[in-house]
Amino acid sequence: MLTYLAIIFSAILVNNIVFAQFLGICPFIGVSKNLDSAFGMSMAVTFVMAVATAVTWLLQHYLLLPLGLEYIQTIAFILVIAVLVQMLEIIIRKSAPGLYAALGVYLPLITTNCAVLGVAIIVAQKNFDFLYSVMYAIATALGFGLAMMLFAGIRTQLELADVPRSMRGVPIALVTAGILAMAFMGFAGM
Amino acid sequence: MNALKVILDGVIKRNPTFVLILGMCPTLGTTSSALTGLSMGLATLFVLICSNAAISAIKNIVPDKVRIPVFIVVIASFVTILQMAMQAWVPALYAALGIFIPLIVVNCILLGRAEAFASKNSVWLSVCDGIGCGVGFTLALTVIGAVRELLGTGAIFGMQLYNADFGALIFVLAPGAFIVLGFLIALFNRFKTTE
Repeated sequence: MLTYLAIIFSAILVNNIVFAQFLGICPFIGVSKNLDSAFGMSMAVTFVMAVATAVTWLLQHYLLLPLGLEYIQTIAFILVIAVLVQMLEIIIRKSAPGLYAALGVYLPLITTNCAVLGVAIIVAQKNFDFLYSVMYAIATALGFGLAMMLFAGIRTQLELADVPRSMRGVPIALVTAGILAMAFMGFAGM
Repeated sequence: MNALKVILDGVIKRNPTFVLILGMCPTLGTTSSALTGLSMGLATLFVLICSNAAISAIKNIVPDKVRIPVFIVVIASFVTILQMAMQAWVPALYAALGIFIPLIVVNCILLGRAEAFASKNSVWLSVCDGIGCGVGFTLALTVIGAVRELLGTGAIFGMQLYNADFGALIFVLAPGAFIVLGFLIALFNRFKTTE
């Protein structure tokens, strides 16, 4: 139990996927302009990351490793994730229209979210067991959500600030993210 | 449209990093020194040229509906080739760049160029476009890496320019990546607007 708590804590705060591992930066910069879309994106990522990690874990341990096909890992994983995102989109649209209305627009963007493929590869490299892998994926996604929400909150305030012309938009967002990353470094000492 | 213009556009006017702001993850994650930035750029350049050429060559036989999955498989195949080659010939570099090598697959620059350029133009022009964008990306990563290395450790490409004790370590760590990239994009914007 304690080890699981440790993974969750470490994946959310200490090794935050955005601030410490530099994964999922595109949605982090692109979809963080207001709190609502940041929340929707984080929920969609959490969902896809948990399912994708579970499926790619099974693929890795029951198909690629027994058959000695580890070298096609990259191709296999990205295909599975692309298919999975498509399937999830269709299933959610048919079975949960409410959820689809909230997450629908974010789902297609997730195929090229490097955080999803990144976590699947990290989990395969570190040889985690199944439950541990899924926990790690969910905790990492929550860390992504935390970063997104914090950043969206700051960015809505930044809209009101008087920023030099060439710093407007992405540059000031990046510098802000740098300062946030500095704050997150504080957790590394824990 | 001649080849030279396509190349120059990729390097300057449509610089993937400073103008289009694409492929941010490797840009931030692999630029703790000029050398790692340069290597990551060259790795991406290789995949970009190969995938652009291949996609342009098969563009007429791929049905429109399944083109995105086909493009992804083509890109992933070249990434796999790169992974195996790097593991065999430069294992230390492969270890240093780590997860960002397989993640070239989801670099938006590659799929973006495949969709916007290679699927509409000839093989030769697509190769030029790959060279242009790839060189633009490589230059950007090398510059970011050099600035971070210089401010953080007082060296460029491992050449010590001033005492490392005066370096601000924060620039080599995660926050420095965001801050340096932010200021470099601002600088690029500044020159663009005064032109």
